[in-house]
Amino acid sequence: MKSYKKAQTKFLEQVVGFGFLRLCMLIILGILSVIFFDIISKSWGVITWEFLTQSPRNGMAEGGILPTIVGTVLITIITAIFSVPLGMGCAIYLNEYAGTGKLTRLIRISIRNLSGVPSIVYGLFGVALFVEAMHFGTCILSAGLTLGLMTLPWTITASEEALKGVPMSYREGSLALGATQWQSIRTNVLPYAIPGMLTGTILGLARAAGETAPILFTGAAFALPGLPKSLFDQFMAMPYHLYIMSTQHHAIEIVRPIAYGTALVLILVVFLMNLSAIVLRYHLRKSRQE
Amino acid sequence: MSQNFIAIDGFNFYYGQSKCLKNITLGIAPKEVTSIIGPSGCGKSTLLRCFNRMNDLIPNTRIEGTIHIDGQNIYTPDVDVVDLRRKVGMVFQRPNPFPKSIFENVAYGLRINGVKNKEFIAEKIEQGLINAGLWNEVKDRLHENALRLSGGQQQRLCVARALAIEPEVVLMDEPASALDPIATAKLEELIVELKKKYTIVIVTHNMQQAARISDITVFLMQGELIERGKTSEIFTRPTKKITEEYITGRFG
Repeated sequence: MKSYKKAQTKFLEQVVGFGFLRLCMLIILGILSVIFFDIISKSWGVITWEFLTQSPRNGMAEGGILPTIVGTVLITIITAIFSVPLGMGCAIYLNEYAGTGKLTRLIRISIRNLSGVPSIVYGLFGVALFVEAMHFGTCILSAGLTLGLMTLPWTITASEEALKGVPMSYREGSLALGATQWQSIRTNVLPYAIPGMLTGTILGLARAAGETAPILFTGAAFALPGLPKSLFDQFMAMPYHLYIMSTQHHAIEIVRPIAYGTALVLILVVFLMNLSAIVLRYHLRKSRQE
Repeated sequence: MSQNFIAIDGFNFYYGQSKCLKNITLGIAPKEVTSIIGPSGCGKSTLLRCFNRMNDLIPNTRIEGTIHIDGQNIYTPDVDVVDLRRKVGMVFQRPNPFPKSIFENVAYGLRINGVKNKEFIAEKIEQGLINAGLWNEVKDRLHENALRLSGGQQQRLCVARALAIEPEVVLMDEPASALDPIATAKLEELIVELKKKYTIVIVTHNMQQAARISDITVFLMQGELIERGKTSEIFTRPTKKITEEYITGRFG
């Protein structure tokens, strides 16, 4: 009789435990659905072909958001060109060559800490370095590089994790066959780490694409008559446009649908980037397994 | 010492502060199978990994003394570790085929050494797989992923991979510890066959295995070399009492 009770208690504990975990998941799912439903319902009528392919008109109260899409895409490309090779290279050096000394640990801790620095601080640093000291001015290049700096710690950390996931035996096996360390890394470590490195990197870029603070002082403009013509032009960007449309515009109530439309497009762009990361990883993994 | 292919002299190995190998002096003859036995943690794998300097990969390690292979001190600064490892192949405790095709696994050593000639590579791969006793089992599926092979096949593939670059010494670190009895028997046959061409040093936990396949047996304990001798003698009339106690299974 006693053992029967005990089994029942255990069963109850399990039900309560799972129930609690399920509740956590449902709450998060609920919050996400509310956000999505709110944005989609308020922007549904706004998203048209014209909205995506035209510039704003009439003091940004009408027209589309093309320049902001172009701007966001351009700075994200600059960010990627700057931070992907640099971040991956740094991660490879740290994980494969740098050893385990105090200095390496210090560097690693610093990088982890950098990923927690508020993005507005990167913005300020970008002004000082790219806009002022390097005389790029407020432009696509400065903003892209500033976002690149901000993404670096994420890229490095994600890439290092991916490298750590490659079994030590792959390295030992190839070194024991007379491979140099670089040969071993290139032929027997990187091919298996690249999917994870790319995924982490693209997730970082997607996050950067939605940032406002770092581009605020470094190149994003309130409104521009046309599309940017060079990397040294100012630009409009979706997150900043959203900020303006929801707080700075002279007729906030009227442009509210445009703000929601911008939000939805921004979410979709970020979603597409994340999706491409997943698809890319899937295909790379599959091609490795033959 | 001249007939020794590997000559270890007054060799100490430190891991941090602790001394793992203590004043080892030992000669290993060419084209024989030498097995190193001893209880867990006695330093037998550490010693083996000194012969191709795999321990260089572990931080905070330090050596004293010398190891000569084929007359050359392998711990002098002018030694190219990469060249050394081409000459001294290694098979690890756990089969570690690369997640590539069977063909590419064996071709790996040739490719990283700059061999481009396709016919030459194909020929070497066939030879390597024949020498490792694997050819008949895999010749029709050379382009399948090596991870689909069984554990025993994987380990023989690792042997083939090591043989393809024609080393002079083959080091084996408990190569059968992850294999079933049948795969182990095959691997042992292979090792005996290989000593015609190669100098083989094998670390093993398995006393019967050492007795079956090796010409010379070396007994290590707590980092010290206790006894070295012909396998037949070590296993029948060891000179030290502690050796006898170990091989008769009284400890370890």
